[in-house]
Amino acid sequence: MEKVTIKIPRSLYEKIQIIVADSGFSSPTEFIVYVLRDLVGEQLRAREAGKTADDLSPDEIAAIKQRLRNLGYL
Amino acid sequence: MIQAHGGRLIDRLAKGEMREAMLAKAAELPQVQLNEREVADVEMIGCGAMSPLEGFMNHEDYQGVLDNMHLANGPVWPLPITLAVKPDNSRQYKVGEQIALIDANRKIIAVMDIEDVYQVDHNDEAKKVYLTDDENHPSVQYLKSVTNTYLGGPITVLNKIKHDEFNEFRLEPKETRVLFKAKGWETIVAFQTRNPIHRAHEYLQKCALEQVDALLIHPLMGATKKGDIPGDIRMACYKALIDGYYATDRVAVSIFPAAMRYGGPREAIFHALVRKNYGCTHIIIGRDHAGVGSYYGTYDAQKIFAQFDRDEIDITPMMFEHSFFCKKCGNMASIKTCPHGNEEHVFLSGTKVREMLSQGQRPPAEFTRPEVADILMKFYQSQNS
Repeated sequence: MEKVTIKIPRSLYEKIQIIVADSGFSSPTEFIVYVLRDLVGEQLRAREAGKTADDLSPDEIAAIKQRLRNLGYL
Repeated sequence: MIQAHGGRLIDRLAKGEMREAMLAKAAELPQVQLNEREVADVEMIGCGAMSPLEGFMNHEDYQGVLDNMHLANGPVWPLPITLAVKPDNSRQYKVGEQIALIDANRKIIAVMDIEDVYQVDHNDEAKKVYLTDDENHPSVQYLKSVTNTYLGGPITVLNKIKHDEFNEFRLEPKETRVLFKAKGWETIVAFQTRNPIHRAHEYLQKCALEQVDALLIHPLMGATKKGDIPGDIRMACYKALIDGYYATDRVAVSIFPAAMRYGGPREAIFHALVRKNYGCTHIIIGRDHAGVGSYYGTYDAQKIFAQFDRDEIDITPMMFEHSFFCKKCGNMASIKTCPHGNEEHVFLSGTKVREMLSQGQRPPAEFTRPEVADILMKFYQSQNS
């Protein structure tokens, strides 16, 4: 499989090394690929459902609408 | 709904148990006290108004902004958003450590993961961003007041910034976005202001409103320079104007908490990008937008948009010429639409308006609405007494 190089901040990399040391992952790269696959899958499922990562939950929207009503915007 | 800049509306506000845990830990961390501009930046970053920024800039982003107005990973970004180590602080900060960011009352407002500690050249920053190193420029003065050691890294907001006034007008980007959707507004033009609105700006707003669904009047209420009209006076002016002269079901007023940089063209781009984060699809860019003194050309803040691809800015700038009331036309106009000479145009300099208001004289209704003039007269006269 063709691979590419991605740069991340060193401080973040060092934190990942700490996490990886106490886990079943063999390297930071394996951990990052696992996390990204999970996140990408979630994003794609949301996109297929017509939602974006910016979408708020129904409860959050209801709370915002209530505040907007209280303030006289709605 | 228009996408946030960079594709995702950032949310750096800690919630629930995570917030509690972070607050407990933050009490033990080294503290950095923020100035007014930095507190405003934390507020803006935390709620996503500065998306895609997740914290104060590291050196790579900072240099990209100075040199070509882009962040290291691609998006357009015109102004450095930075955190300077305080002058009285001799502590050495290290990459990888966490610090607590505190406000003037020493309250913890956020924590920051330090990803970069770097030195900058303030003269270089001033010349590239503000196009001058003249110490009379408010942001050059600001740079002289902070150290040249900057800390970069993501922040997490633990306590929202508390404000003493206008809380009923403070909406975060996610809230304006819900508002626009609930109102059924698909196209919204933003109007940035740090002044009362006179007839010329009213004209621009209404011309723009003819083209879109709604208008967001978004007055800047962060730090401004000495001499600018106080926020409460400006808000009273906006209310009087909207109540008397606007279709209220097409207009919203909300506070823009940013600090003013007086960065002219670069700040016009910044104002556009952050208004996109609030859900606006258009922004009015008039003459000398975000200017101060004579540091920038009259239309530089409009011309700068041509330096970018349409897609990388995304929000649409609506650019306007100098406007005025023409006695011969009998209406508001601009040099694009009025064939008559200056002698027919009602124009008053800022100095002349302040002089009239201080002396209790109402400027002509063709220049400013009487209701607005009355509020300003009262303010200027209270300054004299």
